[in-house]
Amino acid sequence: MSYLADVAALTRKDLRVALRARDTLPAMLLFVLSTLVVFHFALPEGTGEDAAYGLLWVAIVFTALLGLARAWVPEQEHEVFDGLVLAPCDRSAIWVGKTLATLAFLLAAQVVALPAFALFFAPLDAVAVVGVLLADIGICAVGSLMAAMAAAGRARELLLPLLMLPLSIPLIVGGVGAAISTEPERYLLLLALYDGIFAVLSWASFEYVVTES
Amino acid sequence: MIHVRSLEKRFGSRRVLSGIDFELPRDGFLLVTGANGSGKTTLLRILVGLVAPTRGTVEVGADRGQLGFLAHEPLVYRELTALENLDLYGRLYRVPERRERIGMLLERFGLWEARSERVAAYSRGMGQRLALCRALLHDPELLVLDEPYASLDEQGGALLDRELEELSGSRTLVVSTHDPARVERLATQRLSLA
Repeated sequence: MSYLADVAALTRKDLRVALRARDTLPAMLLFVLSTLVVFHFALPEGTGEDAAYGLLWVAIVFTALLGLARAWVPEQEHEVFDGLVLAPCDRSAIWVGKTLATLAFLLAAQVVALPAFALFFAPLDAVAVVGVLLADIGICAVGSLMAAMAAAGRARELLLPLLMLPLSIPLIVGGVGAAISTEPERYLLLLALYDGIFAVLSWASFEYVVTES
Repeated sequence: MIHVRSLEKRFGSRRVLSGIDFELPRDGFLLVTGANGSGKTTLLRILVGLVAPTRGTVEVGADRGQLGFLAHEPLVYRELTALENLDLYGRLYRVPERRERIGMLLERFGLWEARSERVAAYSRGMGQRLALCRALLHDPELLVLDEPYASLDEQGGALLDRELEELSGSRTLVVSTHDPARVERLATQRLSLA
């Protein structure tokens, strides 16, 4: 129970800090919306819906990267990370809190993005939405760990996409597959497996990422 | 409480600490002095476990929950208020009667009136007072203070003098400072870094 209480306290703190800073969520919302508008005009007339689903995933991944790049900034700017790492709680709770807060912002961005996509391109069915939700979990779980690793370096803006984009490929394959395949359950399973495996790996390795041994 | 043997720390090819040996018994007071760049901060960060030594051994007889650390930065969120920051740390450190303890510390360090202001609006001195509240919140067995008088005005310095006087003899203290005269009389051991 105390682990869950720590996670709750850390998530609440992450949400509060980001909402008060008023930078991450508005930036994500504007970015995903403007990206979809640009794609709407960039995609030639008569292009099939399949291509549009691919572009949706480009917008989702880059919007997530925007949020992830800011995720550890409050901890990094004033060395608050040291304070959290010294606290006697399980350090993985810090990662869980950050993952949940980032997920909340990504979901908020998609509340705007998915209807906008349906308006500009093609409607999304329930399976495609489930695919997006499963992919969101994977993006935020792995992304929070990668962002923590990148934040420890000097060039976090450069490092994060380099670390994150290759790891996002299975999520994009699963997400697009769930939207266009005649057998979407296979792709949903892929996404669920990815989430499970990478969430456990990230949870277990976070302590080693944030401490010097 | 603390045993340090043949401690060495390098950052790349630059040697920051070398041949450091000392023992500090429980309830002792170690005063660490030295010029800028002599490795005081690095030594303190090694003692609290934030930095790993390159060579040598460091044994500290206090776990994370019994350790209070005052760093150069206050280690608090600027977007949160003093109350919110201390409440977060109080939860993570499982401080009993958290609200009472937070209120008492804020009162003692003269921050009660500013408790609901965001830390971003604090002066450096107020930030340092809040950092002291954070370090003392869980009543740690071992208190490691890096330049605790930095940014404190005369009144803040006096408050810290009183706090250290109360703690010395009942808590283990490691204090680095450029103003050793202020705590010299409390120190049971001295370590001068070259």
